[in-house]
Amino acid sequence: MRIELTSLFVDDQRRALAFYTDVLGFTKRHDISVGDDFWLTVVSPQSPEGPELFLEPADHPAVKPFRDALMEDGIPLAQFAVDDVEAEYERLTGLGVTFTQPPTDAGDAVVAVFDDTCGNLVQIIAMKPERASST
Amino acid sequence: MVVTIFRALDDETRRLVLDELASRDGQTLFEICSTLATRHGLSLTRQAISQHLGVLEEAGLVMTERRGRSKFHYFNPAPLAEITRRWPIPERTDP
Repeated sequence: MRIELTSLFVDDQRRALAFYTDVLGFTKRHDISVGDDFWLTVVSPQSPEGPELFLEPADHPAVKPFRDALMEDGIPLAQFAVDDVEAEYERLTGLGVTFTQPPTDAGDAVVAVFDDTCGNLVQIIAMKPERASST
Repeated sequence: MVVTIFRALDDETRRLVLDELASRDGQTLFEICSTLATRHGLSLTRQAISQHLGVLEEAGLVMTERRGRSKFHYFNPAPLAEITRRWPIPERTDP
């Protein structure tokens, strides 16, 4: 069994695509019209074969209260790995991205949390090199 | 009011929360929970920490502010002045 696709609900698929590609730097993989919505996925240019991230329409009525509650408490719904959290923090802040948690030492890793402008908080994480090799 | 301050301070977890907010102000519940777990090895439930924050907020030691769609917690030391107002620290007169 493998994880080849995971998903995030997004307020607006077109705006989400712009943020996840232009700002975060992912690459569009699928963009297929399905009724009023799209089968819209992105991948990391560092692993173009996937896993894919499906930017899923958030129109189900249960989605809003669920995500609003998590966002109020600062809880991220996805985590992406980066090489250097501090450098990504500087780069994304420069592009106007809002962080709810600046780079923070979390023991074995450095983490930070930002607002994806589509209704989600996303955590970025970099394992500390000295620890990553021993685990 | 004063009673609430003393009750709020009479708990190690709540004092640690104030320590963490004093060192970096403006944290979400998620960040406070992760910090207590990673830095202090405290594995309290999110609800328990949320209740501790409620006690601190009631005592005026923590203020909350909404930014965007998230809620941030700030340390407010002002009520602590009540302690030294009630029991002023005399200026030491060295002989």
